[in-house]
Amino acid sequence: MKQKLVVIGNGMAPGRALEKLFEIAPDAYDVTIFNAEPRVNYDRIMLSPVLSGEKTFEDIVIHGDGWYVERGITLYKGHKIVEIDRAAKTVRSEPGEVASYDKLIIATGSMPFVLPVPGHDLAGVLTYRDLDDVHAMLLAARTGGRAVVIGGGLLGLEAAAGLKEQGMDVTVLHLMPTLMERQLDVAAGHLLQKAVEARGIKVITKANTKQLVGSDIRLGPSRVMAVELEGGTQIPADLVVMAIGIRPSVALAKEAGIACKRGILVDADMRTSDPDIFALGECVEIDGQVFGLVAPLYEMAGVAASHLAGDAEPRFVPSATATKLKVTGINLFSAGDFADAKDRQEIVLRDAARGVYKRLVLKDDRLIGVVMYGETADGAWFFDLLRKGTDIAPMRDTLIFGPSFAAGGPADPTAAVAALPDEAEICGCNGVCKGKITGAIDAFSLTSLDDVRARTKASASCGSCTGLVEQILKLKLGDRYNPTAVQPMCGCTHLGHDDVRRLIVAQELKSIPALMQALEWKTSCGCARCRPALNYYLLSTWPGEYQDDGQSRFINERVHANIQKDGTYSVVPRMWGGMTSAKELRAIADIVDKFAIPSVKVTGGQRIDLLGVRKEDLPAVWSDLNDAGMVSGAAYAKGLRTVKTCVGTDWCRFGTQDSTGLGIRIERFMWGSWTPAKVKMGVSGCPRNCAEATCKDVGVICVESGYDIHFAGAAGPDVKQTELLGHVDTEDEVIEVIAALVQLYREQGRYLERIYKWAKRVGIDSIRQHVLDDLERRRALHDRFVFSQKFAQIDPWAERAQGKDAHEFRPLADLTRAEAAE
Amino acid sequence: MTLMEKAWIDIGALDDIPRLGARVVKTPLGCLAVFRAENDEVFALDDRCPHKNGPLSQGIVHGRTVTCPLHNWVISLESGKAQGSDEGQVRTFGIRVDSGRILIDADALFARPD
Repeated sequence: MKQKLVVIGNGMAPGRALEKLFEIAPDAYDVTIFNAEPRVNYDRIMLSPVLSGEKTFEDIVIHGDGWYVERGITLYKGHKIVEIDRAAKTVRSEPGEVASYDKLIIATGSMPFVLPVPGHDLAGVLTYRDLDDVHAMLLAARTGGRAVVIGGGLLGLEAAAGLKEQGMDVTVLHLMPTLMERQLDVAAGHLLQKAVEARGIKVITKANTKQLVGSDIRLGPSRVMAVELEGGTQIPADLVVMAIGIRPSVALAKEAGIACKRGILVDADMRTSDPDIFALGECVEIDGQVFGLVAPLYEMAGVAASHLAGDAEPRFVPSATATKLKVTGINLFSAGDFADAKDRQEIVLRDAARGVYKRLVLKDDRLIGVVMYGETADGAWFFDLLRKGTDIAPMRDTLIFGPSFAAGGPADPTAAVAALPDEAEICGCNGVCKGKITGAIDAFSLTSLDDVRARTKASASCGSCTGLVEQILKLKLGDRYNPTAVQPMCGCTHLGHDDVRRLIVAQELKSIPALMQALEWKTSCGCARCRPALNYYLLSTWPGEYQDDGQSRFINERVHANIQKDGTYSVVPRMWGGMTSAKELRAIADIVDKFAIPSVKVTGGQRIDLLGVRKEDLPAVWSDLNDAGMVSGAAYAKGLRTVKTCVGTDWCRFGTQDSTGLGIRIERFMWGSWTPAKVKMGVSGCPRNCAEATCKDVGVICVESGYDIHFAGAAGPDVKQTELLGHVDTEDEVIEVIAALVQLYREQGRYLERIYKWAKRVGIDSIRQHVLDDLERRRALHDRFVFSQKFAQIDPWAERAQGKDAHEFRPLADLTRAEAAE
Repeated sequence: MTLMEKAWIDIGALDDIPRLGARVVKTPLGCLAVFRAENDEVFALDDRCPHKNGPLSQGIVHGRTVTCPLHNWVISLESGKAQGSDEGQVRTFGIRVDSGRILIDADALFARPD
C-alpha cells in the first residue's frame, strides 16, 4: 500500500524534491500537489529574461503537465491551502478540496516585502515575485511611461533592466549608498551603477521612500503618480515595483502549531517540529538562517527526498553561495564574505579601460571572499578554492590572475577550466560538478551544449555557466566541438535564423530596415536569401502590425501565381477538400477559352492548374474566377496549400468519419496562413488511407473511435512516413491541435524548413508536449493562430482584381507602338 | 531618324517603379527590365537572364544586383554580368533620372544588335 504524500506549493524546491524522490523511490508515494499559482512548476530565476522579452513562459517551464500525468501526480492548480489539520492529518484548500496525508511537505516559499509607507496599496504598485507580477509589469510597460523600482538589489536591477528593455523610462531607488551592497563591495557597486546608468536607467542611492502619491480620487480610482522621498523630492511614476526583499511565508504552518521563528524551523533532515511534516525552500529557517538562492534550496530538496525514501543519512549543511546578475551585458560575480576586518588581507586588480575589477579577501592564507566585475570567467575556480578552504600561500603572488597563470601555462581560454578539479562546482543552480559533466560526455558520447543540458542539467537553469560548460566540451572534444556551429542566415549577417527570430521579439523589431540597423546587417538591404526570411519572421511575429514587404517576397508570392520556365504563370484556384462543381468547372472552361490558356492539368493536391497564363492577363483571370466563387489556392505560397481528402462516410462503404467535411473545415480554417515553408495536409476516412495522409506535413486518419493526427511526413527529395502525434476524439479537437501544431511551427521553424525537418531538429516529444499534452499551451498556441488569421484570410486575387499592385501587371512603357508611329 | 539622335526617351516616372523593384518596358526588339535600387539609382537591362532567359524584372533586387527568379543567378545591374561562379552577361542600356522622370538612351535602344 502506497503512502500518501501531500505537497503544499509547486515552486522549484518541491519540484526538485519530487524529481529526486521519483528517481530513488518511484513507487513509494501517491503524490498530491496544491499550487496557489494557477500553473505548473517553472524556473523562477528566469522571470527576468521573460520580463525583458528574451524568453517566453514556455521556455522556462520545468515540468509540463505531462510530467505530472506520467508520474500519477495529482496537481491542483490555483488551490491555496488554508488549513493543515495535524490531528486528522489532512489539508484543505480554499476551493474546498480536502486531502489526507501520511507525509506532508510545506513549501510555501516567501512573500515579497512591501514597504509599509502611505500609498503602498495604490493601483500601479507591484512586487516582483511570480509570473503574475511579470504579466502585470508587461501590461503596464505596453503604454510606455515612467517606472520606479524601489530596491537596487539583484531582483530590483533585473526588473529595472527588463522594464527598460520594454521601453519604459526607469528610475531605481536604493536605500543604501551603493547597489547590491550585500553581494558587492563599494568599488564594484559603483562600477555596477555606472553600467546600469549607461543603459539609460537613472539610479538614486541613499533614497528613503516616504510615501507613494496617488492621483486625485475625484478623477476616478486612484493610481500611483509619484514616489516621494524623505526630504520632499517627488519622482513621477506610472508604475512602481517594490523589490526590497522577501520574507518566509509561515502563516499556514504557524496556525497549525508548527514551530516557527522568522521561517519554519527545520532540522538538518528538513523535518519540522512535527516528524511527519517536512518543510523546504524559502519558507524555512535553519540555525537562524533563511535562504533565497536556488543552490541551497535544491540541496534541501535532495535531503528531504532521501528522508522520504527512507534514507536517514543525508543532512543539509548550508554552504557558501555565489551570486551572478542576469542582465545581458553586465558580468558580475560574488561569493563569500568580503567585509573589511583587521585580520584580513585583500588583493585587488583594476583595469579601468576594460572596466574590470577583481577583489579577493584572504584570511589565514585561505580565500574567504571574491568580488569580480567585468570579467568573471575565473569565478568557478575561485569559488572552488573558497569552498574547500585551500591553502593559497604557494600561489598567492599570482592568485588574482586566475588559474591559467597559477598553472604557469599560456593564456589558453580553456586553461581555467582545465585547472579545475573534478569536484569543482560548475552549475550552482543544479549542483553539477565538473566531473559529472566530463563523465557524462564520455559515457554518453555527448557533443553539444544541448546534450549536456539534457543529460546533466548543467547550465539548464539560469544559464550563466553556459560558457564554462562550453569550455569543458571544448576541453574534452577538442576540434570535434564547434560552438559556433550556428549557421548564419546568409552572408549579410553572422546571426543564425534562431538568433534573429529571438531578437525580433526581444528588441521588438517591426520592419526590415529597423531589423537590419539593430542587428548590424553587413549589406545595405540584404539579399535574396535573407529578405524573404526576414519578411516571414516579421509577419508571423507581429500579425496585424507588420506591413508586408512585397519587394522582399519571391515573385510567386509577390504576384500570387507560379512563374514558369518561359516567364508565364500558372493559376490554381482553391477547391476546398478537393471538391468542385459543375458551376466551377464551367467557369474554368470559359476562362481557358477566353484567355487562350494553353494547358489545363489536374494536380496531385486535387485541384486544377491553368498553365501558361500571361502576366498581364492574371488580374482578369482572377476576376472571372472570383465571379464564380473561387479564390486563390496559394499554390505558390510558403503557407497552407492543399487539404487532400477521400470521400469518407459520404459515399465510401469503409469510411469511419466525414473525412471530406473535416478536410474542408480544416482548409477553410487555415487558408491564407503563412508558414516557414509550404504545408500540405490530408484527411483519410479510414486506415486504408486513400488520401495518402501519412506522407503529408499534417495528416489525419479517421478511425471508428475518432481521429489519429499525424505529422512530419514528406514526399519530395526525401520520402518519409509521418509520425503519430496522437489520438483525439472529436473534430473540434482535431482543429485545435492542428492549429496549435502549425502555430508552433510558425514560431519555431526556420524559413524554408519543412515540418519534418523542424520536427527532427526540435524533437517529436517536445512538439507533442506543446500541442497535445499541455492543454494550456495548446490553447494559447491555437489562440495565437486564430488571431493571426484575422489578418491573413483576405483573398489576394480579389484585391488584385480590384487594382492592388497594378504596376506589377502592366509594362512601364510600350515602345513598340512608339516606333510604329514613327 | 535624325529626331532620335542623341535623344532620350521618357519612359515614365521614377515613382512608377517600387524601390528595390523593377518594371518592364516593351520594345520592338524584346523586353527591357528597368530597375530602381534602394538609393533611387535606375538601371536598364535586357529582361533575359543569360542562363535560361529568365525574366530578370521578376527577381528580388538587392544592392546593385538582381536574383533571377528561375534559378537564382545573381546579375549585376551595373555591368549586366553574372556574379560569383556563374558566367554570362546581359546587355545594359544608358538610363538616367531627370526631375523625377526616367529617361532611356534612345540611340542604344534602337541600335540593338541581334
